[in-house]
Amino acid sequence: MTTTTTTAPVLTATGVTMRFGGLTAVRSVDLAVHPGEIVGLIGPNGAGKTTFFNCLTGLYVPTEGTVSYKGTVLPPKPHMVTQAGVARTFQNIRLFANMTVLENVLVGRHTRTKEGLWSALLRGPGFKRAEAASRERAMELLEFTGLADKADHLSRNLPYGEQRKLEIARALASDPGLLLLDEPTAGMNPQETRVTEELVFAIRDRGTAVLVIEHDMRFIFNLCDRVAVLVQGQKLVEGTSDVVQSDERVVAAYLGTPFEGDPGEEEAAEVEAAEAGAGGAGPKKSAVTGDAESTTARTEDEQ
Amino acid sequence: MSTDTTKNTARNTGAAPRTTLLRALTAAGGLAGVLSTFLAWTWTDEFPGDLTVYGYPGGLQLLTLVLALATTLFALSALEIRGLRWLTPAGSTAALRAAALGTFAVTWFTVIAIAVDLDGLVNLEPGGYVAALATAAPVATAFLLPDDTRPICRPKELPSWAEILIIAGAFAVGLYVLNYGIQTDAEHPEPFLGYLIAVIFGAITLTKSGLITRISALTTTHRSTTLIAALVTAVAFPFFQDKASFTELGVNIAIFATVALGLNIVVGLSGLLDLGYVAFLGVGAYTAALVSGATASTIDVHLPFWAAMITGAAVSLIFGVVIGAPTLRLRGDYLAIVTLGFGEIFRLAVLNLDGTSGPSVTNGPNGIPNIPPLEIFGFNFADDHTFAGLTLDSNGNYYLLMLLVTIIVVLVFSRAGNSRIGRAWVAIREDETAATAMGINGFRVKLIAFALGATLAGFAGTVWAHFQTTVVPEQYVFTNTVPPNSTFLLAAVILGGMGTIGGPLLGATLLFLIPKKLEFLQDYQLLAFGIALILLMRFRPEGIIPNRRQQLEYHETGQLDVPDGTGLQNSAVGVTKAEA
Repeated sequence: MTTTTTTAPVLTATGVTMRFGGLTAVRSVDLAVHPGEIVGLIGPNGAGKTTFFNCLTGLYVPTEGTVSYKGTVLPPKPHMVTQAGVARTFQNIRLFANMTVLENVLVGRHTRTKEGLWSALLRGPGFKRAEAASRERAMELLEFTGLADKADHLSRNLPYGEQRKLEIARALASDPGLLLLDEPTAGMNPQETRVTEELVFAIRDRGTAVLVIEHDMRFIFNLCDRVAVLVQGQKLVEGTSDVVQSDERVVAAYLGTPFEGDPGEEEAAEVEAAEAGAGGAGPKKSAVTGDAESTTARTEDEQ
Repeated sequence: MSTDTTKNTARNTGAAPRTTLLRALTAAGGLAGVLSTFLAWTWTDEFPGDLTVYGYPGGLQLLTLVLALATTLFALSALEIRGLRWLTPAGSTAALRAAALGTFAVTWFTVIAIAVDLDGLVNLEPGGYVAALATAAPVATAFLLPDDTRPICRPKELPSWAEILIIAGAFAVGLYVLNYGIQTDAEHPEPFLGYLIAVIFGAITLTKSGLITRISALTTTHRSTTLIAALVTAVAFPFFQDKASFTELGVNIAIFATVALGLNIVVGLSGLLDLGYVAFLGVGAYTAALVSGATASTIDVHLPFWAAMITGAAVSLIFGVVIGAPTLRLRGDYLAIVTLGFGEIFRLAVLNLDGTSGPSVTNGPNGIPNIPPLEIFGFNFADDHTFAGLTLDSNGNYYLLMLLVTIIVVLVFSRAGNSRIGRAWVAIREDETAATAMGINGFRVKLIAFALGATLAGFAGTVWAHFQTTVVPEQYVFTNTVPPNSTFLLAAVILGGMGTIGGPLLGATLLFLIPKKLEFLQDYQLLAFGIALILLMRFRPEGIIPNRRQQLEYHETGQLDVPDGTGLQNSAVGVTKAEA
């Protein structure tokens, strides 16, 4: 850990490991996000970033390790994770396409309202008050993301950039303490990316910590207080933008190394090792061999 | 023929002379069609409806008359005759084509039916030939017309009493059309087939012309008036029937429609494909039969009706939860298979709970006959009752009771649908993963939908049992040629329009009425049904009444062309920068 923040972290992931059969997609990753922080998670394609996100939000149950939010361990059910205060967006936009923009955000309010079927059928004053309050909050969030004048449009008819924004607004509707953004600027032009950057800063200023996956390095290094690099399911390095940017291993992971241990072969060896481990001696051994390999790669890098 | 109408075109400045001529010819052809219905088409009254009279139209001629008149009016509207332009706010050509084609189809159907039924063309009077030619001509001219579809402009401001009158008129026409269909002679299929053709083409004409959009816009502005008009229309229905069997048809339609609406919560709102829904109707009906003091009932209790109703609904609710709890963890196709299985299990269980192959509960295949008629506070539903000079027979009584149940289900549907729980249902339907990531407990929300659907079906089932006076297991099968069965219920929802209130009501009405009137098809009924569904899915996949979301979609495609994106983004930057 390079941070020296003294406040208790919002999110703590300890030793999170995710295996699919013989393939270890995420291997023993530790990560902490502190209040008011924007943390970036980068890594080459297939490094396990989204898998790690899914472990955090309960879509996957991690094979090993725990995820806790403000000190309490999160249950491995997506709706309970959201209830606890961790909201997310998706890498491929997953809006409710045939609902209006406003309705999408109202669905995001679900965990923060209680009105059940009876209250809906009887339509008492409590119901009306709660509906009005939800609507007001949703409109406020649409105002915040700049979508207020499109509240009655179907979400599938929004242009791409606004769909991304709507996903963020919908996630914010559950009043999260931590927002997980999975590639929020994918497919955006530089101008839209800048707008998104401002939006993430504004979210941070509202008191929500942000953990963001992204491939756009300029975006990440402008935005994040800390950046963690995930390569082949393992955390390679974590630190401030400068630390990460100047780390040769990161450069090697992205661009490849000019040495004999070229990434294609290395990857194949890794998968083979994982498979062999699953077939015979068990996962621990494979993890060890994997470690050994990557250390050799590192030493070679440094030479 | 066409000389008098072509004069009118002098005023028309917008269109090319050829278009104007074609429109005028279409109008003339329509007028000729109208006139031909005053002639005799055949010499004998063996053909159903009286088509032998010179001087006034009868039977199927009336349908030709209406459609030909529509063709004429729409053609005159296309010629921009003052006072008729309001008929075609969305363009005239498509409407003209549908109207002309409808006139042609009905007339030729009639003429061919006369020739076939009475063996030979000799049975046609000259009037028949005139009608055939007069209705064929507008089709040719209408299809030569250029397409002039245009976005619907803002309607002229009308005083609100006029708008309310229009709504009332629309409902009156609707009631008349429905009545006409119900009262067609079931002995002869020809009038009903002609009616069906006319209604289909009439509906297409009205939709293409944009009048339906206009009227639905009016109904949204005058919501309470519309509701009152709908209620009055529904209540008035039994008083217009001169035969008990027509009212009976009305009760059956109301029951079937109510159950379809209940299914719409499960399928339309929550997206759970339930192929065994009729079983819940059966649970309600059997429960009501068992606790209502029928002599064949194995339980010796006689609850008053309201208690039997609540018991039926409660037992259905329990069944819904018991079936739903293990199966709703499945998604999509798996759920469909399991519910299909449950539907069959219900029927087989009821068949076997006869005292020999299982405990004695349901009397097996004999069912429970002689369920006593309903009685609420001394009001016996089997007797005739007279209010203010109007007599309601037994069917009328049940009809009004069923109407009350329908209203309750409509209320439940609209209130639940438009609330936090309803939004959660739609979210689950749209994307279950995203919905759970938004904090919705998918299983719980789906179970509520499933159980609510089951309860409403059971509720309707209790009335159904008393109305039928007999419950037998064979009524509750997966598929059959007559409703209710799970296939027809599902078809009613999909045909009518998923997620709407009007859709399943209309779909159920059609699906009940058509098999009843087309009994001559016999074994081919399911074939015809299948073909009709395939055609519908090809030409109108969203159902007859598309829901608000789809309407909004059409409404919005125009809006999005406006490049207002840049302004929005700037304002977003401004806001966020100010806060950063």
